[in-house]
Amino acid sequence: MLGLSKKDTTFLLIVIFLTLATPILLQPFPEGSPLAQFNAGYPDLMQRFAIYGIFAIGFNILFGLTGYLSFGHAAFLGVGSYSVVWMYKLLSYNVLPGLILAIITSALFALLIGYVSLRRSGIYFSILTLAFAQMSFNLAYSVLTPLTNGETGLQVYTDDPQVLMSAGAPTSPHLFGIVMNESTKIDVNGWQFTFSNGYYFCAIIAIVVFYLSLRIFRSPFGIMLRAIKTNQTRMSYTGLNARPYTLAAFVISGMYAGLAGGLLAAMDPLAGAERMQWTASGEVVLMTILGGAGTLMGPVLGAGFIKYFENIFSKINDTILHSWFSALPDGLEDAVVFMLHPFIGKGWNLTLGLLFMLVVIFLPGGLIEGGTRIWNLVTGKSRKTRSIVKDSEHQPKPPVHVN
Amino acid sequence: MGILEVTNVNKRFGGLQALSNVNLDVGQGTVHAIIGPNGAGKSTLLNVLVGKLIPDTGTVMFNGASVLGRKPYEINQLGISRVFQTPEIFGDLTVFENMLIPCFAKRDGAFRLHALESIASEAALIELAEHMLREVNMIDKRHMTASSLSRGDKRRLEMAMCLVQEPKLLLLDEPTAGMARADTNNTIDLLNQIHDSREITMVIIEHDMHVVFSLAKRITVLAQGTPLVEDTPENIKGHPKVKEAYLGEAAA
Ligand SMILES: Nc1ncnc2c1ncn2[C@@H]1O[C@H](COP(=O)(O)OP(=O)(O)O)[C@@H](O)[C@H]1O
Ligand SMILES: [Mg+2]
Repeated sequence: MLGLSKKDTTFLLIVIFLTLATPILLQPFPEGSPLAQFNAGYPDLMQRFAIYGIFAIGFNILFGLTGYLSFGHAAFLGVGSYSVVWMYKLLSYNVLPGLILAIITSALFALLIGYVSLRRSGIYFSILTLAFAQMSFNLAYSVLTPLTNGETGLQVYTDDPQVLMSAGAPTSPHLFGIVMNESTKIDVNGWQFTFSNGYYFCAIIAIVVFYLSLRIFRSPFGIMLRAIKTNQTRMSYTGLNARPYTLAAFVISGMYAGLAGGLLAAMDPLAGAERMQWTASGEVVLMTILGGAGTLMGPVLGAGFIKYFENIFSKINDTILHSWFSALPDGLEDAVVFMLHPFIGKGWNLTLGLLFMLVVIFLPGGLIEGGTRIWNLVTGKSRKTRSIVKDSEHQPKPPVHVN
Repeated sequence: MGILEVTNVNKRFGGLQALSNVNLDVGQGTVHAIIGPNGAGKSTLLNVLVGKLIPDTGTVMFNGASVLGRKPYEINQLGISRVFQTPEIFGDLTVFENMLIPCFAKRDGAFRLHALESIASEAALIELAEHMLREVNMIDKRHMTASSLSRGDKRRLEMAMCLVQEPKLLLLDEPTAGMARADTNNTIDLLNQIHDSREITMVIIEHDMHVVFSLAKRITVLAQGTPLVEDTPENIKGHPKVKEAYLGEAAA
């Protein structure tokens, strides 16, 4: 079906089911129970899962397949957001023109940045992409203020033209009248499920782009990209020019990032320069590696994992900690809270750093490898994780010539 | 007029004259061996032929077109394939995927954005790749990861990848180096079989005299960057200059 093998079709159907059922699956605890704070089934968070999932899926097409590690993909995220907000300002709050523009502009940006950066490989490539992203950030932050509104960030004002805006049209992002921030709440015996338009919009796009990435992975193009990662010498002596292949992968992943950035602005009609900062570029690298670079589902899992724990950990404060450990003797309680304090709230990045280190050291194939190991333990299968472990050397091997 | 003509090629590395005044004329459809002691300049000559090194002077013409200044992938597209001294294959890919890549390159050229096409629909190419794997007796290893193959199988795969492109000229740099005797004999048989079934011209660099005399129709002896003699295997065997420069040394 859909140009996929039977196995891949099943896989895709499972992914579609999980994505569509997310508002139910991520709401395992009844409202009002103490565990309800660990629920993740609310629109804002689920939208971020889908959007950063798209970002990571695209990043994986470049990094997972070719091994070229870009440290500048946040630039495309920002370009996407600005494009969408500009379309709000000029046309109307319909998200469609903006998203199309976001994909086009990010593709053009990626073409330019990729064309220059791909003249080098390895660490030099990474540094070049990082430099480009920082330049883009600075341009957005201070130089191009007429386009980006600088520090304040780009937003829609009442005196903006909005030429396509009709009298009764929604005054927040919508798709032909379906308003993104509207949702339906359903209560079932104490459980509350929120079905939000915005989430389903992102989710359907995420499914489509996941399907496209599945096709790319299985295509001749996908094999070529993996060949580039493995042996560029054989590649060129087979009559293949690696440069346009890597550039195409770079542009495709840039378009995914632009789409993700556009969706961020489709959920919340703002765009700011901080979206282009290097921390945002680093985050997608973490997501991809944490989940399992080069695997289909890994980056999505990584994105969900990071966004979920970011949300949970940043919500926890000392008061909550005290309530958790109130059973302990007072002195001990204070000591425990004192020790945990740096890892919660604003200190979430510290926790993320530790988690990342643990995964890279003990599970070089990411969460997917962890899942495979557990699965093999449960089913008693032989150790077939070897090939995944090997895949962790994510560097295109430079052409080494042997005489 | 040969298919490959090397005229007056010189190449210096610093103070070392690696190739001096090399002339070579490889006839269409022949197997031409280049032998010579270590450091004679054999690999350097091969690197000139594939565009990896640019000679200081001289010309290299293939089928009437100059190869100098072209990139390796362009030279491949002219019809020149190369087997390396250490097999260069796509280690992380399966044997079958390794085989598919040259098939795609042969059909689609240096680049094609076939990102949404499926491999399963390429029946003709799959057939071609499987046919080639069968010819080199590797069809039952098609799902193995290439890096886990034995040295002999890696070489076999690399050769199959070159051959499936039906090159006009196949360059082999010590194709049996590091192989066990049985593997060496298999490789000789494979190369002879390839030569008999196809019209491929081969230039082969080899240390192992057993291999050279089992394959070559003509032999050039290279010593210190200069061709000493060029002749048939029978004449080379008895040639006094060759004995002195190379065979004598090997026998000693
Ligand atoms: N890239 C290089 N830089 C400097 N010297 C080189 C280089 N390549 C080969 N040489 C030298 O040129 C001579 C010929 O080398 P080579 O062609 O590898 O010999 P062969 O393959 O016949 O053993 C050797 O003395 C070698 O050290
Ligand atoms: Mg050599």
